[in-house]
Amino acid sequence: MRKYEKVIFEISKPGRKAINLTDLDVEEVAIESMIPSEFLRKEELGLPEVSEVDVVRHYTNLSNKNYGLDTGFYPLGSCTMKYNPKINEDVAAMTGLSALHPYQPEETVQGSLEIMYNLQTALAEIGGMDETTVQPAAGAHGELTGIMIIKAYHQKNGDFHRTKIITPDSSHGTNPATVATAGFELVEIKSKADGSVDLEALKEAIDDNLAGLMLTNPSTLGLFETQISEIASLIHDNGGLLYYDGANMNAIMGKTRPGDMGFDVMHYNLHKTFSTPHGGGGPGSGPVAVKAHLAEFLPTPMVVKKDDKYAFDYDRPNSIGKVKGYYGNYGILVRAYTYIMTMGRDGLKNASETAVLNANYMMNILKEYYKLPMDQVCKHEFVLDGLIQDALSEVSTLDVAKRLLDYGYHPPTIYFPLIVHQSIMIEPTETESKETLDEFIEAMIKVAKEAKEDPSLLKNAPYNTPVRRVNEVLAAKQLILKYKDSL
Amino acid sequence: MFRYIPNGDDDRKAMLESMGINDIEELFIDIPEELKFKGELNLDLAKSEQEVMKYMSDMANKNQDLSQLTSFLGAGVYDHFVPSVIKHLASRSEFYTAYTPYQPEISQGTLQVIFEYQSMICELTGLDVSNASLYDGPTAAAEAFLLAATQTKRNKILVGNAISPEIKKVIETYMKFRDIEIVYLAEKNGLVDMTDLESKLDKEVAGVFVQNPNFYGLIEEVEKMTEMAHANKALSIAYVDPISLAVLKNPGEMGVDIAIGDGQSLGNGTNFGGPYLGFMASNNKLVRKLPGRIIGQTEDVDGKRAWALTLATREQHIRRYKATSNICSNQGLNALMAAVYMSTMGKVGLREAALQSVQKAHYAYNQIIGTGKFKPAFDAPFFKEFVVVGEKSAEVVNEALLKANILGGYDLSKEFGLDNGIMFAVTEKRTKEEIDTLVSKLEVL
Repeated sequence: MRKYEKVIFEISKPGRKAINLTDLDVEEVAIESMIPSEFLRKEELGLPEVSEVDVVRHYTNLSNKNYGLDTGFYPLGSCTMKYNPKINEDVAAMTGLSALHPYQPEETVQGSLEIMYNLQTALAEIGGMDETTVQPAAGAHGELTGIMIIKAYHQKNGDFHRTKIITPDSSHGTNPATVATAGFELVEIKSKADGSVDLEALKEAIDDNLAGLMLTNPSTLGLFETQISEIASLIHDNGGLLYYDGANMNAIMGKTRPGDMGFDVMHYNLHKTFSTPHGGGGPGSGPVAVKAHLAEFLPTPMVVKKDDKYAFDYDRPNSIGKVKGYYGNYGILVRAYTYIMTMGRDGLKNASETAVLNANYMMNILKEYYKLPMDQVCKHEFVLDGLIQDALSEVSTLDVAKRLLDYGYHPPTIYFPLIVHQSIMIEPTETESKETLDEFIEAMIKVAKEAKEDPSLLKNAPYNTPVRRVNEVLAAKQLILKYKDSL
Repeated sequence: MFRYIPNGDDDRKAMLESMGINDIEELFIDIPEELKFKGELNLDLAKSEQEVMKYMSDMANKNQDLSQLTSFLGAGVYDHFVPSVIKHLASRSEFYTAYTPYQPEISQGTLQVIFEYQSMICELTGLDVSNASLYDGPTAAAEAFLLAATQTKRNKILVGNAISPEIKKVIETYMKFRDIEIVYLAEKNGLVDMTDLESKLDKEVAGVFVQNPNFYGLIEEVEKMTEMAHANKALSIAYVDPISLAVLKNPGEMGVDIAIGDGQSLGNGTNFGGPYLGFMASNNKLVRKLPGRIIGQTEDVDGKRAWALTLATREQHIRRYKATSNICSNQGLNALMAAVYMSTMGKVGLREAALQSVQKAHYAYNQIIGTGKFKPAFDAPFFKEFVVVGEKSAEVVNEALLKANILGGYDLSKEFGLDNGIMFAVTEKRTKEEIDTLVSKLEVL
């Protein structure tokens, strides 16, 4: 294929057009007679002038510089890069389900409300919770909603002194950032080496100001937190609530439920567990489910069923209010419910079992070639601590990741969780065949051998990608954040 | 067998055997017995593709969509024309099935698209920097308030009253949890009352926030408000309709510090409220405090132009509790659709769409007033949306219109207390014939 290196502004040529609008069919009036000239734009718009062919070729060429799930294996730990089914896209694009205005009368959107209602119900069931809102736009947004609910609960009880949220230092970075965004104080406790909660540290961190604990289970090391019932009792006995970060739900569907573990509130990532595409960074969706004692605080509106009709319920006086415009990333909700119907209760359980099997299978082989900090059964993902090598070697996890690019793979998540220094976090998901896993394992082994035989090969990787190793330091230094020679 | 799960029983068996295990349950021994879910989830069993399609088609048929209804409903979400190329390019699975561009060497496509998006948002808003997008317009407004409060170390935001109820509800939620005070400004003739603004500007004010065109479609005195805000060392924050910026003076020209808005109009469908994208642009001074992802230009080791996520030290995965926001994504695919839209419409097309919207909205306004059944609610210049007051409630009017397959206007009696007030939006997509039909129905009410 031809190399393509242009920015859209660089292919612009005066007079080119990619659109023909219908001619104006009402009598044209001078713009200044409708809008006073003091309010009007004086300069020309600096947008490109290109033909439709230019637009299509340009963005198609850019797409060729991207690696998506349809390109190949994407074992990005913590991100659950499972296959994005095509039927989901077709359903979400149906005119009858997409060409809808959010303020249409309820009687004209009964089908969409039914889908949203059914999704709310299904998610509550999968998590062992009672009620669900589908409003939050992403996982981090779900976290924020859930933590706001915890605050609203304490404030309704008059417990304004409950201002502290505890998270382990192995948590996702969004957890502490969410605590700040919701106006809480953070208490970060050290995790044990296996990523589990240090009960002594937890006990020490608990005082009268405890509002709650944020936890993910399986932990960010992919290991099940076996002390969860004890942790839940500790938090509840001291008046706090438990928040479940649903990033790792793909390990446990139909096997165990956050609600049964003692969690009061949780979020789901529909773009992880429920197969909706990541879109190169979004849109996602982060529904929040709660136990009955927190239902009154959920955002408005909730989709409710009255007799045989579906409706929006705004009449919830103790609600935290709205966290997003309208009703959530609705198009993503449609995709997720399509997936749940397709998989069914049997498929979802099989998905979690297979995801766990795939991870254990890979871990069991790769531990001979890479450091495995915790040699025990993992859940849907596992964390390696870099190469097995002598202390003098300078080959880092970053180099391993960059070399994997040359073998045609998206590398695993690296340097997270922070408590494992050379962390390589692998999450195969259930949608990969044994053959794919075996091929990737081969590549990982080959890279480990190359690291010993020819470290510079890794240090200088990648070689076969659209651009070679990118200077991220320079990006932050020169701060070119828009096209300089814009027209 | 499940079609998204390639490994069947034989594979399962072989893989278990390789680990010296017989039963998959041995991989779940770490879950305490009392926490194991013993029953079956209360969900249906797996369905075939055909069955799922049938159910979803049935749901679609229960709705009345905008291909069946002629929409004069706006209020923040607009039925502008969406060129076909957008759907096709956004359906490239190299784009939509990719993750956030953490590995720049194999994500140059996403990165460059967002860089171009940022460049075009800067062009539209006249500001120095744009982030890679936020969840939607209302949450972008909330983030802008938090940014203003951090930057000025003050904790009050003065807010125009004629803003979308969605924005109102979202900012109220976010600010309540951060003890930032929202003070609404009095309205005069549908616009911000400048005297009230003057009297409320004090040393606690971090920012002055106005929607422009405002919720009623009217053009606010943003330039004056910005001068007043700056004289008080507060930031000026404007929530703008991106289409309007092809015709109206842009925020940069007016001295606005932070421009935000919803990018739905930029080639994204109406989608029953989402997904859309929130855009945010600011002047250079605020760049290190902006929330969300930002893409920067750089080079690879061979000196070739390349792009990467930058200024990551603002973000949660590095800064954790001290991050500028907890957001760790953008509306990537929606931003891509906005970028493709802006490229496709281009310099001339976007302006033409905006001008046609203005022309047709004014035509509709004059015709509706001409019926004698409706009076103007305000006397001020408007863009593509306007409020009129009739003899009957908006609910009654809209019911009658719906019977004629017209999606009527926004009812202003509920959130804004304007009895019999109804707001119509007219985009370039509406034809004279459709407008005339609307008017003829309104005439005989």
